[in-house]
Amino acid sequence: MSTLRLPRLVYDAIRAHGQQTFPHECCGVLLGRSTPSGWLVESAIPAGNTRTDSAHNRYQIAPFELIKIERDARNQGLAIAGFYHSHPDHPAHWSSTDFAEAHWLGCSYVITSVEHGKAAVTNSFFLAGLTEEDKRFEPETILVDDQSIGLGHT
Amino acid sequence: MNIFIPTPLRLYAGGHDAVEVDAQTIAGALDQLTQTHPDLRKHLFTAEGNLRAFVNLYLNDEDVRYLPAKEATPVTAADTLSIIPSIAGGSLSL
Repeated sequence: MSTLRLPRLVYDAIRAHGQQTFPHECCGVLLGRSTPSGWLVESAIPAGNTRTDSAHNRYQIAPFELIKIERDARNQGLAIAGFYHSHPDHPAHWSSTDFAEAHWLGCSYVITSVEHGKAAVTNSFFLAGLTEEDKRFEPETILVDDQSIGLGHT
Repeated sequence: MNIFIPTPLRLYAGGHDAVEVDAQTIAGALDQLTQTHPDLRKHLFTAEGNLRAFVNLYLNDEDVRYLPAKEATPVTAADTLSIIPSIAGGSLSL
């Protein structure tokens, strides 16, 4: 099982983001470095949810916003390590929609359940596999690091 | 021109986050990219040769789908092409 390492500030920020957007889903991008055991995240970049037609149970990040985030990451020597979003009043487990729309193989997908406006459970799933045809979500351990310096931008 | 490679595809592009190509059009740039790195082809294109629906292409700041000439758009060495898979989801199951 892989491990996603999140600085405390980042972990708290993505959970706070879910509370801020409740009852809508929040979403954002995790930037970090790849290690043999999994991603070492350094920052979380909040993104806009373009699914305004159904924001309580859908999210989408505009491709151009993603490109700008990736450009900034590259300039910092970082990579897109994964993504986060919230499930308002819904378990912190991937849905069939999450799976169908997941295309970043080798990246982490973090989901926080937000119950009645309060962040509850946060889980991470690693998108394993080599192609779209054999992709699968694997649960991964979240290691919250109180020592490392991270940037939670929310 | 430089083609920027997203995290999941770097494995198939020699580990590089950018690949330089010398091409006249966007389609030519993609051809050269996949000739140099053949393993990228199945990740970018369907078996029929169409760009996969979840793969977004941006020429500089422009979505290629909305350019009048689309992938036949001419490019210069100063342009950049970004490949970016879409990101979406949500709690509601399909």
